[in-house]
Amino acid sequence: MSSPILRLVAQRILLGMVLLLAVSVLIFAGTQILPGDVAQAILGQAATPEALANLREQLGLNDPAWLRYLHWLGGILHGDFGTAQSSGLDIASSISTRLKNTLFLAACAAIVAVPLAVILGLIAVRYRNGFVDKLISGLALASTSFPEFFIGYVLIFVFAVHWQIFPSISTVDESTPFLERLQAVVLPATALTLVVLAHMMRMTRAAILNVMQSAYIETAELKGLKPFDVIRKHAFPNAIAPIVNVVMLNLAYLIVGVVVVEVIFVYPGMGQYLVDHVSKRDVPVVQAVGLIFAAVYITLNIVADIAAIVANPRLRHPK
Amino acid sequence: MADGKAKSTPLLDIRNLRIEATVYPPGEAPKTITLVHDVSLTLEKGKVLGLIGESGAGKSTIGLSSMAYGRGGVRITGGEVILNGRDILKAGPKGVRALRGREVCYVAQSAAAAFNPAHKLIDQVVEAALLHGTATRAEAEKRAVALFKKLSLPNPETIGERFPHQVSGGQLQRVMTAMALCSEPDLIVFDEPTTALDVTTQIDVLSAIKDAIRDTHVAALYITHDLAVVAQVSDEIMVLRHGRLVEWGGTRQIIKEPRQEYTNALVSVHEIEHKEQQPGTAPMLSVKNVTAAYGGGHVKVLKNVSVDIYPGQTLAVVGESGSGKSTLARAITGLLPPEQGSVVFDGRTLGNRLADRPKEDLRQLQMIYQMADVAMNPRQTVGTIIGRPLEFYFGMKGRERDKRVAELLDEIEMGKGFIDRYPAELSGGQKQRVCIARSLAAKPKLIICDEVTSALDPLVAHGILKLLLNLQQVEKVAYLFITHDLATVKSIADSIAVMYRGEVVRYGAKSKVLTPPFDAYTDLLLSSVPEMEIGWLEKAIAGRRMESAGN
Repeated sequence: MSSPILRLVAQRILLGMVLLLAVSVLIFAGTQILPGDVAQAILGQAATPEALANLREQLGLNDPAWLRYLHWLGGILHGDFGTAQSSGLDIASSISTRLKNTLFLAACAAIVAVPLAVILGLIAVRYRNGFVDKLISGLALASTSFPEFFIGYVLIFVFAVHWQIFPSISTVDESTPFLERLQAVVLPATALTLVVLAHMMRMTRAAILNVMQSAYIETAELKGLKPFDVIRKHAFPNAIAPIVNVVMLNLAYLIVGVVVVEVIFVYPGMGQYLVDHVSKRDVPVVQAVGLIFAAVYITLNIVADIAAIVANPRLRHPK
Repeated sequence: MADGKAKSTPLLDIRNLRIEATVYPPGEAPKTITLVHDVSLTLEKGKVLGLIGESGAGKSTIGLSSMAYGRGGVRITGGEVILNGRDILKAGPKGVRALRGREVCYVAQSAAAAFNPAHKLIDQVVEAALLHGTATRAEAEKRAVALFKKLSLPNPETIGERFPHQVSGGQLQRVMTAMALCSEPDLIVFDEPTTALDVTTQIDVLSAIKDAIRDTHVAALYITHDLAVVAQVSDEIMVLRHGRLVEWGGTRQIIKEPRQEYTNALVSVHEIEHKEQQPGTAPMLSVKNVTAAYGGGHVKVLKNVSVDIYPGQTLAVVGESGSGKSTLARAITGLLPPEQGSVVFDGRTLGNRLADRPKEDLRQLQMIYQMADVAMNPRQTVGTIIGRPLEFYFGMKGRERDKRVAELLDEIEMGKGFIDRYPAELSGGQKQRVCIARSLAAKPKLIICDEVTSALDPLVAHGILKLLLNLQQVEKVAYLFITHDLATVKSIADSIAVMYRGEVVRYGAKSKVLTPPFDAYTDLLLSSVPEMEIGWLEKAIAGRRMESAGN
């Protein structure tokens, strides 16, 4: 690896950290703007002013906002997200199992969806404007256009109720063995795959078609390469950057945007956890989950940026 | 003749080739146009046939038909293409793939675009040979290195490890030739292989191609619009126009005794009589010791450049790509503020930066660019494009403006029927004329012409040069004429500045600059311009005093 590429990559990572810091400020500020405070929320409407004052002192709520922010941030950097108001449980430990579940489901969906989308995109380009292309595009668009809950219930109806192959409820806990866990996520992962497939497929198709206009594609055709080899060997490597970008966006969605699917399949992931605590107005939990989601988005986008940099031969092999 | 051809069956025999395409003109029903009308040709093993004509003549289309390939929706609808004794138009997709890259290979105009930026050169060079199983990887690589040597590429052992962007344009063109030769084909189609190169680089590539053809006994179709170039490498020449055969004969006959009027026009295209004007007493624009750089002073592209332009005269700036010609124009117009030195116009110093110059100064200096079609807004009509400077500088409106636009259209010999046309409806030459009219509309004292004829066919370029000279007579406008083409310089310049790596190496009146003794670089530049004479290439290579910058 040469120095310009390292510099660019370091730049991106640094930028991501700054961005994450900015997001943490926003999240903290946002919760400060809300009316009422934690002491009020804990003690309820009937609390005496003395009790409130005592609790505020105890929780450090009389400190200036920037000091409280630094305390909060310092805690997070040590893995301490505080305790949930509604349950009194440690947020970090409740999140860690849920985050694992969410990542597992997202990974299962991604392992199927990403290669499938890219391959379907390649096939669509090979038979562009023909029947196969239109069929692929049509089916992918249709699967994306159906709402997630509709797909979810259709899957439950067909595979859980009618054929009874997979469970309709995907509840897992830490003692669930791997194979059972896998079986539990088959239906939600399928639903997610159907949701994200079209976006990635169509972007792959568009990015490669763009490259297909280049003179070097003609060179490859005039060497006698088969049409699919032309696409795979000569077009695809030059279309990686835009494809990775859209893949990362969809991966981020798989992690942070799966609330509906989790609710349908009763899957104990982050989305459900967040929704539960928003409805209970549990500010520390919302802050923690918000920050984690932001970190996921930023990290995946950095990965996409870095992949685009590394995929560029001009940067990888400078003159 | 009859017994000469009867001895061997030709390698390539194209009979009554007809090629069509469907076009979709805006606002009209799609229609089928014929690009090639019943053209026939034969090519013996090891011979070179030059296909020559202007753009739209169908040269590339015919060349690619020898690989049964139609570029961008073009269809071969009639005739036969017999290669090695069989009609390849009937071969089917699999049969066609088997011959592409094995029996026939292709060398494209722009090697920089025709190489895949994502793969190493060596992988692309040996790809066809491996695909068709004509060699193992080791054999193919050995052959490639031998070809790199033959084509006098630097570091033949290791150049294949590089990526396309790490190699210069002239070298890339030679690597492309090596790629075509690597699978040991019977026929190579060279499609304008030197057109995109500087003259000094062109001569190297041309001689490398010629040697390679001679040593490997491969046959070739050599496509170009430059008759002087094709005369150096071809045994026979075929002149095409609008998809029809004009004339076909031996190279000597075509260039010395053309039988058709059109061929004659091509042969004599470069000659314009232009009497050199003596410099006046005071220059209109003086560039004084200008030094300019890109990247915050890191890359010096102009070093202490001084030139003068006199009213109503033409200063030609010549040099290869990267010599700083266009940067000089940017410094004069204020687009790239010089680091040192100044630009004096009409006795006063112009502001260094564009933002420091009043509107009146901007009006006096206008520009015309190489790519006329990207220099115009495709969504505006010709009338709007030419009328814009009239509104901007003179506040003309309505009928007054339209009247002036019509006058300008007359001046560029197009007529007011074009007022409502869009750029896409114009030919390349017409587009450049509209750009000329737009710059004239500002009534400038100086027009900077940046390679304005480089993208045009010779005959069209000829017309543009004549127009510019006429307009100079009428409007008394001065030109700063940037070009890499010395023939153009001879036709239009009063004085000449030769630039090399950011410096003016030779400067003075045209007659003085073009009279020996020459400095080494001017000598190289002058001796690299192809002449329409058989054997010129060998003489020119033998007589060189310095290596071209491409190496």
